[in-house]
Amino acid sequence: MSATTAHAGAAPAAKDGRFEPVILAFTCNWCSYRAADLAGTARMKYPPNVRLVRLMCSGRVDPAFVMRAFADADAVILTGCWPADCHYRIQNVKALRRFILLRRVLESMGIEPQRFQRFYASAAEGQQLAAEFDRIVEEVRALGPLDWAGRHAAFVPSATPPGAGVGEARAAAEARAAAPPPAERELAEVTA
Amino acid sequence: MSASNLPAQPDGARERIGVYVCHCGSNIAATVDVEAVRDWSAEHLGDRGVVVARDYKFMCASTGQELIEQDIKELGLTRVVVAACSPHMHEKTFRGACRRAGLNPYLCELVSIREQDSWVHTDRTAATAKAEAIVAGGVYRVAHSEALEPFRVPIDPATLVVGGGIAGISAALEIADAGFPVHLVEREPSIGGHMAQFDKTFPTLDCAACILTPRMVTAGMHQNITLHTWSEVTDVAGYVGNFTVTIKHRARYVDTALCTGCGICQEKCPSKVVDTRYEAGLGYRKGVYTPFPQAVPKYPVIDVENCIYFEKGTCGACKKLCPTGAIDFDQKDEEVTVKVGNIIIATGFELFDARRVEQYGYGRMPNVFTSLEFERMSNAAGPTAGRIVLRDGVTEPKAVGIVHCVGSRDRNYNNYCSAICCMQSLKFAHLVREHTDATVYEFYIDIRAPGKAFDEFYQRVMEEGSVFVRGRVAAISDTVRLPDEEAHQGRLIVSVEDTLAGVQRRIPVDMVILSSGLEPATDAQEVARRFGITCSADGWVIERHPKLDPVATMTEGVFAAGCALGPRDIPASVANGAAAAARVLARIQEGELALEPIRATVDQERCSGCRICNDLCPYSAIVYHGWEQVSEVNPALCQGCGVCIAACPAGAISGSGFSDVQILSQIDGLLTALGGAPPGPAVEEREAVPA
Repeated sequence: MSATTAHAGAAPAAKDGRFEPVILAFTCNWCSYRAADLAGTARMKYPPNVRLVRLMCSGRVDPAFVMRAFADADAVILTGCWPADCHYRIQNVKALRRFILLRRVLESMGIEPQRFQRFYASAAEGQQLAAEFDRIVEEVRALGPLDWAGRHAAFVPSATPPGAGVGEARAAAEARAAAPPPAERELAEVTA
Repeated sequence: MSASNLPAQPDGARERIGVYVCHCGSNIAATVDVEAVRDWSAEHLGDRGVVVARDYKFMCASTGQELIEQDIKELGLTRVVVAACSPHMHEKTFRGACRRAGLNPYLCELVSIREQDSWVHTDRTAATAKAEAIVAGGVYRVAHSEALEPFRVPIDPATLVVGGGIAGISAALEIADAGFPVHLVEREPSIGGHMAQFDKTFPTLDCAACILTPRMVTAGMHQNITLHTWSEVTDVAGYVGNFTVTIKHRARYVDTALCTGCGICQEKCPSKVVDTRYEAGLGYRKGVYTPFPQAVPKYPVIDVENCIYFEKGTCGACKKLCPTGAIDFDQKDEEVTVKVGNIIIATGFELFDARRVEQYGYGRMPNVFTSLEFERMSNAAGPTAGRIVLRDGVTEPKAVGIVHCVGSRDRNYNNYCSAICCMQSLKFAHLVREHTDATVYEFYIDIRAPGKAFDEFYQRVMEEGSVFVRGRVAAISDTVRLPDEEAHQGRLIVSVEDTLAGVQRRIPVDMVILSSGLEPATDAQEVARRFGITCSADGWVIERHPKLDPVATMTEGVFAAGCALGPRDIPASVANGAAAAARVLARIQEGELALEPIRATVDQERCSGCRICNDLCPYSAIVYHGWEQVSEVNPALCQGCGVCIAACPAGAISGSGFSDVQILSQIDGLLTALGGAPPGPAVEEREAVPA
């Protein structure tokens, strides 16, 4: 269908051979999502690699959400209100506690700390939010894709056979890309 | 408008979902290929239950909403996904459309491809791909949404107004006049705020006291208003409709039940103190005082730091001479608790401390004054009885320089314009010329006179002969430097670049008035935290919507008015107060408020009674039933943050509106739709929900 071919291969997957990471950011309804709203209304710019999930509070982020995200994403960002400014009094601190523990677990699995980051953004900090997204996208781009064999099985309990998620989607996107995939990606796919 | 309409629902999908992609004029369509998103949704999300995908110029317009309503009725949609602006903008709008068509409003999902996509990206293909992922996230999520009913809370008819300036007084009077109780809390001994310090108000030059004090008296006498002066709010608990507020009444050491306000104590008190608050440091008050004669309430307070009795244990003149025996040195601070349904924050501003601009020499050179000092000086009831004189108290100035934008529109201090200083400075020029023969120089960057009759007033002051010099003042000094300045020894020299003439000028004057900008109250952040609202980087309270909801805050039941929201003049503050009151009154009249039904519930069958959730809740909403060994969430106290849900090791807690399966599905949709490729299988197929 025309829609598909119209921008086939133009997606985050591979543009001009440059690695475009897919990053999931958890935002809270009161501060960081509103900062994203503000970034929008003020027409500030940040890379399209970041996709947002709105929750009521950063404390709602279940480690299972992060694990699920890592099955497909190259990085995950946790954002919320500044300490002491939480709409739910102190729940962002509980998110922070979990973040620290979870990052340790992820590190033990071989996930670089740059792939799991957090920052605060008040409802007034659209500029800061955009700048942080910029920074993290560049850091993750430098690290390259999070692609290894059995990744789905590692992150998603009782996952469907390989190729169910992003790996296949990304491969499909790349296959339709005008530019041939970079050599190392090809190699990675062959060896996978 | 066009549609990609799939006639039959594919097998396996449980729901019939409609997808509506908004152009928002060109706001979305300029960056996102809306038609492509529509076609992609129809093609790839069909097996997720999408039976119709449409695009439309303005989904929020009545015609756009009718599209949804029509499809719900004719195509039997069971779920709706609208890809448009932020849910904070139009979630209510589209939920309303669903409700009108008989679909539970919580089965509608608004996903943002504007604030979170088209407005922040420039690459059209990448933005389109992201929009597709966002739509997929919404479709995956909405399939697991449940029909919900809003949570209704009763509204207590009493209201708390914090701050007794003109904004707070106006709000309190509106509500009280409508017949509902108001608690008006003021930190100072009297209500009135900054307006009580002013002499004239721009541009009409009517006397501030003449228009303010009758309102103060009305508020003080009103049967529906309880004044809590010399008081502060120390704690706020509860939620909209049902706040419990603790107010600390600081000890006045005057029994208000006995005091008649005769003023003998103030007259006889031997302790004389420089009044830095009301008289801005230009005048004196006593150790026992009311800030000004028209204070409301009329009862004085004893300033223990400057009371001889409290310092040395002697004196007690006030106690001896009080005809009603109202002085009570043993009085203690006391706390009272009040129940209110709504809160209005009207905590006002503080003047920018001009000492911070060292090159202007305030505090170092005696004849540099602040705007508030000049207000007091020009006030007939003020420390100089309205005479405009130098700091020596006798000499009339021959030339006066008024410096605009002190601390405002300045990257070193505050970027914002303080809104009132231009008009205030013009008023000063008029008053100086009215009271003296002095030459007046206005040192301005731009004159901002956009209000009603403001520019006319500007014209009038120009015609009166004030000299306008366009340029930011570089420095004010008290030393002559050039040979031809010898005659001006002892005067002040204002150095300024006259940007219209293109020359550097050094203008000798006798008096300088610094038109200081407005800043949030020093404890604005603390106040914001106490009431659970947020402030901008500058410290002003953030409105729920800067244009469409300018007196509401992000927190339900907490409103704001006056300069707490940002610099503004008296008419705007009064209008804010009335607007906030109208919002509160609407709720009181309604009697109850429908809240988002985002609440946690415990499945008692699965609860192991570990009590991990109990301590995580900051609202103590989770109660533990000891003999059944299970926890339960009190829905009236639960605020829906979801921390307990994420923490429950048994997966026994679920959250309406933000359930695990909804969020995991949304992540699935967001991450597996890549670059025009079909998304991966859904969460339920992979059994990816860990218990």
